[in-house]
Amino acid sequence: MDFETIIGLEVHAQLLTDTKIFCNCSTKFGASPNSHACPVCLGMPGVLPVLNKKVVEYAMKMALATNCTINPRNVFARKNYFYPDLPKGYQISQYAYPLAEHGYLMVEANGEQRKIGITRIHMEEDAGKLIHDDNNPASYVDLNRTGVPLIEIVGEPDIRSPEEAAEYLRRLHEILVYLEICDGNMEEGSFRCDANVSIRPKGQKEFGTRTELKNMNSFRNVQRALEYEVKRQQYLVENGEKIIQETRLWDDAQGATNPMRSKEEAHDYRYFPDPDLVPVVVDEAWVAEIRAGLPELPQARRERFVNEYQIPAYDAGVLTSEKALAEYYEEVVKLCGRPKIAANWVMGDVLKFLNEDKRSIRECPIAARSLADMIGLIEEGTISGKMAKEVIADMYATGKTPRGIIEEKGLVQITDEGELAKTIAAIIEANPGQLADYRGGKEKLFGFFVGQVMKATQGKANPKLVNDLLRKMLAE
Amino acid sequence: MKLSTSDVEYVARLARLEISEAEKDKFTAQLNDILRYIDQLNELDTAGVAPMSHAIAVTNAFREDKVVESLGTQKALANAPDARGEFFRVPKVIE
Repeated sequence: MDFETIIGLEVHAQLLTDTKIFCNCSTKFGASPNSHACPVCLGMPGVLPVLNKKVVEYAMKMALATNCTINPRNVFARKNYFYPDLPKGYQISQYAYPLAEHGYLMVEANGEQRKIGITRIHMEEDAGKLIHDDNNPASYVDLNRTGVPLIEIVGEPDIRSPEEAAEYLRRLHEILVYLEICDGNMEEGSFRCDANVSIRPKGQKEFGTRTELKNMNSFRNVQRALEYEVKRQQYLVENGEKIIQETRLWDDAQGATNPMRSKEEAHDYRYFPDPDLVPVVVDEAWVAEIRAGLPELPQARRERFVNEYQIPAYDAGVLTSEKALAEYYEEVVKLCGRPKIAANWVMGDVLKFLNEDKRSIRECPIAARSLADMIGLIEEGTISGKMAKEVIADMYATGKTPRGIIEEKGLVQITDEGELAKTIAAIIEANPGQLADYRGGKEKLFGFFVGQVMKATQGKANPKLVNDLLRKMLAE
Repeated sequence: MKLSTSDVEYVARLARLEISEAEKDKFTAQLNDILRYIDQLNELDTAGVAPMSHAIAVTNAFREDKVVESLGTQKALANAPDARGEFFRVPKVIE
């Protein structure tokens, strides 16, 4: 039987504000347990949550960047449930009136570009963190994360393959990081994803029974978990078994999803408007102000790089994968005027060095100015491409300028025709036998002469000049 | 709208309340009284009135994104029924 896969993703992204969504506690990660908590975080009676304006602005940025419509009036609601990481007994979220709706992203996977709908984006607070005791029947609660601002991005069930799901996530992640509203760290939980997945026989209109997948903390794991789950569901259907609607946890080590062990209980969150928080009204002027402040988004930048710099789409993709990298590259291009050559050096040597040391482009010891200068030195023939390989390694190791390194190492290329001609003449004279053989038709000996010249000049001779002069002089 | 005893049981379970059989009957009656009272509002014609979520007309009450010192771990834990080191301690929950 041929099946169609239906996937919808829910993404939670932590916003990079300094303070929490409803109080002035710090959001800094890694502080000692319960040191970033106040009466609001602790859910003390009588406290009043007050909305952080920056949270609304950041959420609006994401909404506009994903083509959403911002609702002119949105309302916070209480989502009621009991869990020890939720001191109030309810999470403040948005329900009937979210911040934004009806967005989409264009996603390219399996050679096909498709529009993936975004149902809604709303603001909410994060819960605390639980640590379970392995030896005692106890769990420990750290409320530092309680009240850290989140946006939830709810996607339409428009995704048709695990690859497309991973790609959709990469695009969302990239936009969040470009907007500088989320650090995107998946291991620390700043970017989390749950997936709803079901299958149906091709051509069938109704959706099959879906399962919800959790605990996937990388793009790769999202894809692997979905691939596993699709196979599992197909197996069940093909063997006449029923798919149970349930939440399943991805087990990375096992490479499988397992049902979450929890009491069978239908959730009833009894949402209602939070009387402590007044509605948020967003007028057109505010939307326009946020829109005007949006940076160039990755997809637009990719297209511009291809058009403006005439570099391949692949290069543009690599160079725009990170905002700081794209900016570095553009700076180099601006200074040297050689987009394709700059792309090769940035994608080749610079990224290789950085990856080896697990450093980000922000920590790159090679200043854009230095790289541009080095490209200029190659272009004007001062150093050869081969020498440049040595120079750039040194630039990375020491942070020195290319000119400084060239002088220090005496790396300047010999481009003086007269000087080189003298060297060549001496070599020809010293090798009469090879000369005779070459003239007698042993073309291969040309390489021998090139080698001799390079040896005599310690590799500093301009290779093109050596070739031209040798051909001429050997023929004479 | 009339509540049944099972509605009361359901709400009690959601709120983690343990109630006796006698209380179930009592609360069912009381809650129905309240609902009947509130029901009087349905006599008003609200066809042209927009739904409201808040009793006051204020909107956009914001706070600047400026860090203020938190309570500190010791104070935060001061009222906890159970704590260990820098953590609140609760009966084990695991999924």
